[in-house]
Amino acid sequence: MDFERRLNVRKDGTAGSGVSRRNLLTAGAAAGSGLLLGFYLPQAIGAEAAEAATADVFAPKAFVRIDRDDRVTLIMPQVEMGQGTYTSMPMLIAEELEVPLDQVSLVAAPPDDRLYTNPLIGFQATGGSKSVRAMWEPLRRAGAVARVMLISAAAQGWNVDPTSCRAEKGEVIHGPTGRKLRYGALADTAATLPVPDNVALKDAKAFKLIGTPAKRLDTPDKVNGKALFGIDVKIPGMKIATVAACPVFGGKLARVDDSTAIEIKGVRQVVRLADAVAVVADHMWAAIQGLAALDIEWDEGPNANVSSADIVRQMDIASQNPGIVGRRDGDVAKAMTGAAKRVEAVYQVPFLAHAAMEPMNCTVHIQKDGCEVWVGSQVVSRAQATAAEVIGLPLERVQVHNYLLGGGFGRRLEVDYVTQAVRIAKQVDGPVKMVWTREEDIQHDIYRPYYFDRMAAGLDEQAMPIAWSHRVTGSSIEARWLPSALKDGLDTDAVEGAAEELQYAIPNILVDYVRHEPPGILTGWWRGVGPTHNIFMVESFIDELAAEARKDPVEYRRALLGKSPRAKGVLDLAAEKAGWGQTLRQGHGRGVSVQYAFGSYLSQVAEIVVSKEGEVRVSRVVCAVDCGIIVNPDTVKAQIEGGIVFGLSAALFDEVTIKDGRAEQSNFNDYRVLRINEMPAIEVYLVPSTEAPGGIGEPGTVGVAPALTNAIFAATGKRIRKLPIKDQLRSA
Amino acid sequence: MRHSRKLLALLGLVAVVAIAAVGWLVLRPRGPADFASGTRVELADYREGDPTGVSPRLAGADLVMRGEYLTRAADCIACHTAPGGKPFAGGMAFPLPFGSLYSTNITPDKDTGIGGWSDEDFVKALHEGVGRDGKHLYPAFPYTSYTLMTRSDVLAVKAYLFSLKPVRNRPPASDIPFPFNQRYLIWFWNGLFSPGQRFQPNTGQTSEWNRGAYLVEALGHCGECHTPRNLLYGLSSGRKFAGAIINGWKAYNITSDPAWGIGAWSDAQLTDYLSSGHAEGRSSAVGPMGEAVENSLRFLSEDDIGAMTAYLRSVPAIRDSAGLAAVPTPPAQVPAAKAADSGGSGQSLGLRVFEGACASCHNFDGSGAVSVYASLAGNRTVNDAAAVNATQAILQGARLRTAHGEVFMSAFGTAYSDAEIAAVLNYVTGRFGANTSAIKPDEVAKRRTATMR
Amino acid sequence: MVTLQINGNEHHLDIPEDMPLLWVLRDVVGLTGTKFGCGIAQCGACTVHIDGRPIRSCVIPAAGLADRAITTIEAIGETPSGRKIQQAWLEVEVIQCGYCQPGQIMSAAALLASNPNPSDADIDAAMSGNICRCGTYQRIRAAIKQATQAA
Ligand code: FES
Ligand code: FES
Repeated sequence: MDFERRLNVRKDGTAGSGVSRRNLLTAGAAAGSGLLLGFYLPQAIGAEAAEAATADVFAPKAFVRIDRDDRVTLIMPQVEMGQGTYTSMPMLIAEELEVPLDQVSLVAAPPDDRLYTNPLIGFQATGGSKSVRAMWEPLRRAGAVARVMLISAAAQGWNVDPTSCRAEKGEVIHGPTGRKLRYGALADTAATLPVPDNVALKDAKAFKLIGTPAKRLDTPDKVNGKALFGIDVKIPGMKIATVAACPVFGGKLARVDDSTAIEIKGVRQVVRLADAVAVVADHMWAAIQGLAALDIEWDEGPNANVSSADIVRQMDIASQNPGIVGRRDGDVAKAMTGAAKRVEAVYQVPFLAHAAMEPMNCTVHIQKDGCEVWVGSQVVSRAQATAAEVIGLPLERVQVHNYLLGGGFGRRLEVDYVTQAVRIAKQVDGPVKMVWTREEDIQHDIYRPYYFDRMAAGLDEQAMPIAWSHRVTGSSIEARWLPSALKDGLDTDAVEGAAEELQYAIPNILVDYVRHEPPGILTGWWRGVGPTHNIFMVESFIDELAAEARKDPVEYRRALLGKSPRAKGVLDLAAEKAGWGQTLRQGHGRGVSVQYAFGSYLSQVAEIVVSKEGEVRVSRVVCAVDCGIIVNPDTVKAQIEGGIVFGLSAALFDEVTIKDGRAEQSNFNDYRVLRINEMPAIEVYLVPSTEAPGGIGEPGTVGVAPALTNAIFAATGKRIRKLPIKDQLRSA
Repeated sequence: MRHSRKLLALLGLVAVVAIAAVGWLVLRPRGPADFASGTRVELADYREGDPTGVSPRLAGADLVMRGEYLTRAADCIACHTAPGGKPFAGGMAFPLPFGSLYSTNITPDKDTGIGGWSDEDFVKALHEGVGRDGKHLYPAFPYTSYTLMTRSDVLAVKAYLFSLKPVRNRPPASDIPFPFNQRYLIWFWNGLFSPGQRFQPNTGQTSEWNRGAYLVEALGHCGECHTPRNLLYGLSSGRKFAGAIINGWKAYNITSDPAWGIGAWSDAQLTDYLSSGHAEGRSSAVGPMGEAVENSLRFLSEDDIGAMTAYLRSVPAIRDSAGLAAVPTPPAQVPAAKAADSGGSGQSLGLRVFEGACASCHNFDGSGAVSVYASLAGNRTVNDAAAVNATQAILQGARLRTAHGEVFMSAFGTAYSDAEIAAVLNYVTGRFGANTSAIKPDEVAKRRTATMR
Repeated sequence: MVTLQINGNEHHLDIPEDMPLLWVLRDVVGLTGTKFGCGIAQCGACTVHIDGRPIRSCVIPAAGLADRAITTIEAIGETPSGRKIQQAWLEVEVIQCGYCQPGQIMSAAALLASNPNPSDADIDAAMSGNICRCGTYQRIRAAIKQATQAA
């Protein structure tokens, strides 16, 4: 999601803002006790920014609270879905506030776009590897301001010069006398003080927490079954529902005979929606049995004959015509004519399901004049809005309780399952928890788009590129999900990683985008978003050029990265650690990729072996990361490791194919996920940096596919231009 | 190209007629139970109780209920239901080497089903293989077995079918090319292969045996799958129940041979298998046999299963290592050392697939973690050095509704490559079976498209 | 009526004969630590111990488990191997979203209980049925090895 450009964000990835620091914070007494600190997340979206600046934004809600008992509470707008925000965010506060990390606790923020908007996204959302990038400065500033106020309060009480005091481990200490006061004892006084201006933030060298591997705060409850995910919600009197939507995308329910289903013990009710049927029961088993016993007739609608082959054929045709320009440097057409050699290729990546481990679910209780929703969502305010709309209630009558997410990966940036659950709940007396089966989850996912990309390059006498053209053809997620992000019709996500972010110094570049929507199939964000497909295309094609030039793939890239020292840095580091250039045995191969995405630079080297039968085994992946300042290095490594596994599953096995208007895959038996015994050794090397922090949740997924397919080329001479790899090497 | 095909077809036709004439002399049809010693008599002359009709516990039931029992025993639903379609509404495809047949709708719908059929029409179809339009039915419809049924049993089946809700569904027309669409040829064929007479009890055998014979031969039509076919697609009378391959699945040797058939199975194993689809240490029913258990056998009474067991035991042994579906009877237990094998350090592809996709249900030692149906040790399917049914089970999965709920195996065909499936087959047969298979990826590819042979 | 022994407690339950243990635990008994991921024994999220062996509860009917000792993630910390595994999991920082982890921990605890010093191959054999969509496998392997060192 390339919201940075739209938001006029500085190239370094931090949220710049034109709003004066003075407006950044407000302070007051917490209800009952302590210091309540509200701070303002800078918003750069015209009208909304004006609204945000109004006084009521800061009251009565707030982000940080310091209680009389010393507890520091952060009202957490970012959701936890495994990426470690529940630890990295408190670290930011704790660093400047000078409290031990375990003194900070979290409360999930309720939906409120005005209060909890992610400034890099434009509303209250967690995604796009944007949590640390968005909160990096505001949270530290909040901590620093609170610290200064607490010091002032202490100095006042002791009647000493505040500069003779310092904060340490949750206490203010008067240097000369050694007197100490806990924050809790100072909170009430601090709440009466004015909010200081221009508080200086710590120099990176002075960081005590940031940059050290901190223990995650959310994990103790995750080892003993106590952690509650959306699917674990229990409300007194709650029924369980499971659902079948029309298997054909866009189809409707024609008729259903529920006479057998309703006889099943535990089945309470069969709910008919326009496009789905749900069985409401005492427990999931009865609901599943009930669903199986329904005799359903679907009105399959206009998409009943759609197949993957048709979709690809139409994309092929659409991709013949020029699209909306995403980047234009020089004159590609002219440079191509003057080139000594021309290289062309078509690259394709499939529809993909997210298959988060926790299937989609949502619990809803509609009462006379209000509604409560329990859900794990990356977009709580959208969850609230859809519930309000379906029922016809004002927003404030809808309460959303957000839970831990059993994986997000972009799937929980959608609220289709919330909408559906609320529609079911409308027909049910009392609370109802809707849980999708895995089959429903895969067959009614909102898929990563199919992309059909045309690449072309013109090479000079030395086989270096002088012209580069890349035409992306695919559906537009932004047009559906955030139309305001479109730039003159350009889906900035669809070209992210291919356009502005392209690091190679090539004089003539043309990147354009052709929007083509597959009939009936919704597409959405999937871990790594735009870059996941574009970096595959770019890094595969640059490898083709290197092969054309008979040059070493690392050397060839280095020669083109003169203007991007950080990209070159990670490339060199990955190559060195991977032992690039050392000879490998027959059938083995090494491949490389380098990328700039989400504000971070990565390079990956994959080592693989291909068997006689054409089976690929990935034995090792080396990844060098320069993501600027690192908040929690262990989390960064974990995210890269996990991202690589996610990307490998997709590159090796995964695709959602369409036949007769429906998804052919249904569960983990036909939508495969890499398993522990297929796991390569992953090594992650972090580059120390003082640059602004970049995102880390998605980059690992992005570059692993091209590193892998380039390794396959090195081992076998076969170029993979279409994912997944599956059995394409059978005859190789 | 087209020309030569026509020529070929004509030659085929001539050959068929010629062979038929000679065949008549050699192959003349006999009753399917004629192997047994004793005297066969007309049913009316048999005095040891009635081997036909329903199980005694249903003797007093009304016609429709009796019809239901018999319809299940005859497993009509199996062929007359398309995958995902309504029961008995037809439309299931029977791909033959030369075209496809589709089963008919046998619900009482007037336009598309059999709602307009008279008793005579129905009896004629089952006893003579002749449709309402007077045309011969293709013998994919097992009238060669149903012809043995009594008229009253046939009419009970009809009564049951007519009690069902009519379903409007017109199955596709069969696309059988010339000369095979010349249905009068079937008349010759019937002369060769259809007994064309009602069941005759054998006074030299027990009443239990006779009941078993009626169930196995007239209703169950077991031979349709388990007896290999000759060149003319007729059941090979000399190789009764010796096993065959059908739709890519092996219908195993079920003669009394101890090494290659079921001779070494205990009575309990046989009855368990027939009534529940699983016999400890022997086999779990998958594929078409799983369907037969699910749709038919599990509804039969204990007595009837016992009778079938008694009858099957008497079928002459065919010791047959060369048969298409031959699988040797295994040692009852997997050798301990083999079972303890933790996979070692080989990290073979087969082991990897097994660990990931299979071990959760089958257990790492093959003992079956979640259900007895998942135990591999001693299982015929893993003793098959050609791993035929194991391949199909992996490709298509398996599903069996039992008295205690459904057991199932997911299909792995789409997500796993030919090489992976070949590797896991060879791993599983090697580790749990009597003989290690040596399946090549190409063979798996072929089996993906296996059709009726 | 079935009587189940779950985490040392007796539960008398009126449940359908074919109802998998998973749903009995989650929706009837209220132990939601055991997770639903696939329902076809392919992901391992629902792993529990039955007489100490790791079993996919989504495909095993509960009615057949009378008199068997059922242990879930909520009580695995009371066993020596379970405690060691949980500790190692925290030390190595295995967990991301955490949804698959009850199943991973149950599989790992069973492995450790039966094999105090598992090799890489043993770990593969015991753990390959447990999917982690967040991709924590490398740390799972490391944590199991660390747990073998624990006293
Ligand atoms: S839910 Fe049981 S293995 Fe996936
Ligand atoms: S930690 Fe998220 S699925 Fe494993």
